[in-house]
Amino acid sequence: MADQADFADQAMEYMDQLYSTALRMTRNRADAEDLVQETYLKGYRGFSGFTEGTNLRAWLFRILTNTYINSYRKKQRRPSETDLEDVEDLYLYRRLGGAEQAALSRSAEEELMDHLTDGRIRDAIEALPEQYRLAVLLADVEGFAYKEIAEILDIPIGTVMSRIHRGRKQLQKQLMEFGERRGYVDTPDTADIDTSTDEVATAVEGS
Amino acid sequence: MAPDDELGSDTDCDKPDCSEALHQLYEYIDGELDEARRADIHDHLDKCGPCLDAFDFEEELRRVVAKRCHDTVPDALRSRIAAQLQLPPDA
Repeated sequence: MADQADFADQAMEYMDQLYSTALRMTRNRADAEDLVQETYLKGYRGFSGFTEGTNLRAWLFRILTNTYINSYRKKQRRPSETDLEDVEDLYLYRRLGGAEQAALSRSAEEELMDHLTDGRIRDAIEALPEQYRLAVLLADVEGFAYKEIAEILDIPIGTVMSRIHRGRKQLQKQLMEFGERRGYVDTPDTADIDTSTDEVATAVEGS
Repeated sequence: MAPDDELGSDTDCDKPDCSEALHQLYEYIDGELDEARRADIHDHLDKCGPCLDAFDFEEELRRVVAKRCHDTVPDALRSRIAAQLQLPPDA
């Protein structure tokens, strides 16, 4: 049984991670701060229920997720159990020339990655329907194993996998659409890619 | 159903081995496959340039997504929580 006095020592180091995820969950700074604070308070109060030697980070993320689902989500529009349209495999890669033109060139790939600024990626993640957003955040951003995600979200592992798969593909579609709107991904060999987008990228990144 | 003619060049991943590998792309890059299956896909990627490129792309994208989503807790919040847990403010 874990001693409450040790909670702060052990748990404080995860605060940035919890806060980052809370921001993507709530899409709102004030709610994210409250959510993290509440998570720590609940963790502190419930720490005697934590089994020493098991995964504290996953345990805290589970509290975060449950708190979000039970309290914060109600403030936002009710998430529908959205069924995402089917997005094909390798959506972004193929559209950027991967399959049709031998391979996506290194430089085109690097260029794309450079244009995926914090703001663009965050917007794309936050645009995902909730159930997919949570799975993708926990897998991609936090690097949890499928089994841990299943425990955090309290869903079967097969559901975790399908949400990650569909969520990632949908994310690629969002990124592609942003790119098309900005005019930097429709044809990777367009000569003037740089000039049209650098200032936008810098502006977003500089925030 | 028409075959995927527009994608059907010999550089495309449309061989049975390729589609089998692609089917488990995410489990592979997430490190969720058992040793044997992982080795199979690894062998395939050694032999198949187009698949390797596609896998690399997906892996890189996952890394970039992770890198772009890290925020730092505002100092005021950190202090508030620390105080709540009865710690010195900058512990």
